[in-house]
Amino acid sequence: MLKTLAAQVKEFKKDSMLTPVFMIMEVIMEMIIPFLMASIIDDGVGKGDIHHICIVGIIMIAMAVLGLIFGVLGGVYGAKASTGFARNLRKAMYENIQTFSFSNIDKYSTAGLVTRLTTDVTNVQNAYQMILRMCVRAPFSLICAMIMAFIINARLASIYLVAVLFLGTCLFIIIFFATRYFNQVFEKYDDLNASVQENVSAIRVVKAYVREDHEKQKFKRASENVYKMFVKAEKLLAWNAPLMQFTVYACILGISWLGAKMIVGSTLTTGELMSLLTYCMNLLMSLMMLSMVFVMITMSMASARRIAEVINEEADIKNPKNPVMEVKDGSVIFDHVNFSYKKDAKSYVLKDINLSIQSGETIGILGGTGSAKSSLVNLITRLYDVSTGSVKVGGVDVRDYDLETLRNEVSVVLQNNVLFSGSILENLRWGNKNASEEECKRACELACADEFIEKMPEKYETHIEQGGNNVSGGQKQRLCIARALLKKPKILILDDSTSAVDTATDAKIREAFAKEIPNTTKFIIAQRVSSLMNSDRIIVMDDGCISGVGTHEELLENNTIYRDVYESQTAGSGDFDE
Amino acid sequence: MEKRKKGIENPGKVLKRVMAYVLKNYKFSCIVVVIGIIVATLANIQGTMFMQTLIDDYITPLTKAENPDFSGLMYAIFKVAAIYAVGVICTYVYNRIMVNVTQGTLKNLRNDMFLTMESLPIKYFDTHAHGDIMSCYTNDIDTLRQMISQSIPQLINSALMIVSVVVCMIRLNIPLTLATFVMVAFMLLVTKKLAGLSGKYFARQQKDIGSVNAHIEEMMNGQKVVKVFCHEQESMEAFNQLNDELFHSANEANKFANILMPINAQLGNVSYVICAILGGILAINGFGGFTLGALASFLTFNKSFNMPINQVSQQLNSIVMALAGADRIFRLLDEKPEVDEGYVELVNAKEKEDGTITECKEHTGMWAWKHYHKADDTITYQKMEGDVVFDHVDFGYSDEKMVLSDIELYARPGQKIAFVGATGAGKTTITNLINRFYDIQDGKIRYDGININKIKKNDLRRSLGIVLQDTHLFTGTVMENIRYGKLDATDEEVKAAAKLANADGFIKRLPNGYDTMLLGDGKNLSQGQRQLLAIARAAVADPPVLILDEATSSIDTRTEKLVQEGMDRLMNGRTTFVIAHRLSTVRNSDCIMVLEQGHIIEKGTHEQLIEKQGKYYQLYTGKIVNA
Repeated sequence: MLKTLAAQVKEFKKDSMLTPVFMIMEVIMEMIIPFLMASIIDDGVGKGDIHHICIVGIIMIAMAVLGLIFGVLGGVYGAKASTGFARNLRKAMYENIQTFSFSNIDKYSTAGLVTRLTTDVTNVQNAYQMILRMCVRAPFSLICAMIMAFIINARLASIYLVAVLFLGTCLFIIIFFATRYFNQVFEKYDDLNASVQENVSAIRVVKAYVREDHEKQKFKRASENVYKMFVKAEKLLAWNAPLMQFTVYACILGISWLGAKMIVGSTLTTGELMSLLTYCMNLLMSLMMLSMVFVMITMSMASARRIAEVINEEADIKNPKNPVMEVKDGSVIFDHVNFSYKKDAKSYVLKDINLSIQSGETIGILGGTGSAKSSLVNLITRLYDVSTGSVKVGGVDVRDYDLETLRNEVSVVLQNNVLFSGSILENLRWGNKNASEEECKRACELACADEFIEKMPEKYETHIEQGGNNVSGGQKQRLCIARALLKKPKILILDDSTSAVDTATDAKIREAFAKEIPNTTKFIIAQRVSSLMNSDRIIVMDDGCISGVGTHEELLENNTIYRDVYESQTAGSGDFDE
Repeated sequence: MEKRKKGIENPGKVLKRVMAYVLKNYKFSCIVVVIGIIVATLANIQGTMFMQTLIDDYITPLTKAENPDFSGLMYAIFKVAAIYAVGVICTYVYNRIMVNVTQGTLKNLRNDMFLTMESLPIKYFDTHAHGDIMSCYTNDIDTLRQMISQSIPQLINSALMIVSVVVCMIRLNIPLTLATFVMVAFMLLVTKKLAGLSGKYFARQQKDIGSVNAHIEEMMNGQKVVKVFCHEQESMEAFNQLNDELFHSANEANKFANILMPINAQLGNVSYVICAILGGILAINGFGGFTLGALASFLTFNKSFNMPINQVSQQLNSIVMALAGADRIFRLLDEKPEVDEGYVELVNAKEKEDGTITECKEHTGMWAWKHYHKADDTITYQKMEGDVVFDHVDFGYSDEKMVLSDIELYARPGQKIAFVGATGAGKTTITNLINRFYDIQDGKIRYDGININKIKKNDLRRSLGIVLQDTHLFTGTVMENIRYGKLDATDEEVKAAAKLANADGFIKRLPNGYDTMLLGDGKNLSQGQRQLLAIARAAVADPPVLILDEATSSIDTRTEKLVQEGMDRLMNGRTTFVIAHRLSTVRNSDCIMVLEQGHIIEKGTHEQLIEKQGKYYQLYTGKIVNA
């Protein structure tokens, strides 16, 4: 996992290397200062040598200025390395997502992918910066201060060794338990927030049933629980500050007592004593810092894992080696096709499908939810791969085509279709980048979209909001159909694409198809029998199997499912939406 | 996002309010905390002052003494140790109390927010993005936690530290103190400059993050369409451009934030060194009795003076952010709750043999409106029948634009009224007026002859069962979800309601039957199944008047049949308002209202309307008349 992420550092390797180097140099400068201070006190003040004080003083200021420069450089390179790393991570994920097949996409939810690309990347970016700047700095500063202390006086320095070990152990124990508690707390906390979310979106239900008090009680109980757990976890952290103080104070007193004795015994100077006390602060602060870094890194691990997962996800549909670059015609053959969404599934979603469809035919598909209508047509554009058997378009197995060629010739209007923010024209040109305005208008006429577009204030330049929220469901569907038509495909698949279009317009669209694009093979999935009954052939799906194929009349005669649906709908089940 | 980041008008006022909120429940704790901080800080200071005593009073004389006697030093160290010990204990105590203060305050805030939220009118939820409401509970509370638990104690601590250190420094040496001040002023200047720069870039970064997120969200939602149209390359190019912009602004923002700390730290070192040089010279000349011990103490103070100043400058940013969050939270708390001036109540009732109605506790299947007459202090009861009248009703979400105008409508008890018309014609709006989710601008709605404004909102809503188009379920078991309609319903009642709604069949097939847990709005169920549950929920409430919003989404024919039957059974014998999408529902309605752009353009029975050959005829047959 770390290897996957590390590979994305790429052009920021230099910055990533330089950052810790500068941090180390800053630390060295910082460490020399207290050391020289001892000289000022002992050789300067002690001996009354003003000249010495000035010289050493100037050297120290130079050190501080150098330290400043190194620190700034470390900061600059650190910022570049970490933000650049974040950019590469986002790019790598985004690029890989573009290669995902439908089954890859199904595996991650949209919200999941968005979180990975945003919050998770930010977490990793911060952690990376921490690692570059602090992970080197803190231990190095700890070791340096320790070495300096030992150089000054080994006996006194050993007090520090004990102190570091003591504080280190305590911090480790606190963090160990605290992270465990916090993980539990955050789970409960998430639940609490989920219930708020639930209330916000279902507020009408709450109010309609006058359940405000019920919800308040529920919330208060959950909130009390979260409070108790938070207190339990933070109680542990409350030990941090006093422990740190205790250790520092103990060191100061120990050093003062022993140091005083040594100075009197002439094995230590006053200046050295003061340097030692400064190093004490350095040591323990680095330790504190280290524990913080540790917490941050553990917290970002989950994010790192989620990112690596996306980068490493392998698309399960890829272009073949020597792809066929041309689709001959719009004929489709299903040859003993079995299909399931999961590789290890016990039963198939589609079972032994055999079909032969000629170029230019109009095929209606009918069946209940879960009868695998969409699965059936999705195989034609190779949005999913069959488990066994084969699907042939234009006489060639779909797995042998160049994906782009295939998908340009087989145009699908998906069931859950989306428009993108941008003008209507821009949206239409997804179908064909180079389509002229005339062509776009022509496609819209075919899809009966032209009438409402012309009524809009800015016509074809009207801006569509994200997700197409400013057009009605029926309008959206018609625009999506027009967009698919612009591809001038050999096969057109409408997956329940006119459900929100009123019956009259629906009929008009089908009429236009029959007249204007007779050579295109058309698949129409619908719930309404009226949308299908004029098709050349109708396929009735039931639970992953073909229950019947034939014309409207034939099926009425010999297919009970079809007859049932037809009767229930004509007996009264129109649709009153425009 | 952009808007949320904007500054607040009066940070001082918000801070005061936050403090007042904390103090409301934790006055005593807060006093203890402040005392704890003071003691801990003073203990720390006395330790530093001890440095002077150590060197001047003990080490220097002792080095000169023939036979050094360490007992005095021993005593002095014990004294310091004792004070230190008190300091450490105080530190623990105030940290520990702060945990309760912080978490307790946050709990209260969360509860208050939720309580307020539940009492807000529907309009609030229409006009505020759900994400924004949610972020009050998550982001804003989190930043506030930071502020209460860390920033505020640290500020007190730092302020105390700064004051006492300044006092001590002045006592030790005035010229050196001045030198320190000059350096601190310089540091503050640099900090302000850098913070300004970094703030500018952070704002830009925030904007870029916003556009990257928007792009990602849109494209991820449409990823399948991207695949179908082979649009991967274009999508990637657009993303790369935004991503690069974000990289640049993030880089700048982080750069300035990063260099602030080393610059201040090293400037602190410079200040330290300058004081050492000056102090050294002063000490050698014995100027003003400045001793080596005093220098040692002063240098330590110099270090401990720089630290709190750095801390304050670091905390300032997070305080500003937290106050912005607090402001949003308070704005939610300040929202005006739904007003209810109704006084007519709905009660269970019995009818005596002589025809008079009396109130009773138990569920009798009969309800009555209970009027309290203030004038003569009497109570009268009126049988609840389910008769609803709209009398010249006008309504708009804002006063400027009317959505419904001049709506006239009569529903006699037990009648079924259907609304048909295009999306946006105002069908759902009408039903939202009956239960007073919204209040009308003009006209009157009467329920059994009573103006609904006079009925207590809760009683009004209790008398109306609603099945919404989008089914919302709650985390919990199937049983609990159905019982939502009537909290004291027995298991048998719940099951009976499920049977009535045709939901019993599929519930029994769920892995744990009625005890199956539903998660995340029931996403483990199909659309149709969720609708069946919503119908069962309304059925168990057994309301005299029903409002049904039929789903438009295409559920499969078999489930649809079940839903249909369930709804029909539920409607039987009740006054029903139904937003209809299906012919069968419409056809057996007592009256059909055809809505267009907020007006009722046709009304009548199915037969009457067909004969009329108007809009209804057109919708029904799919034929365009006079087009």
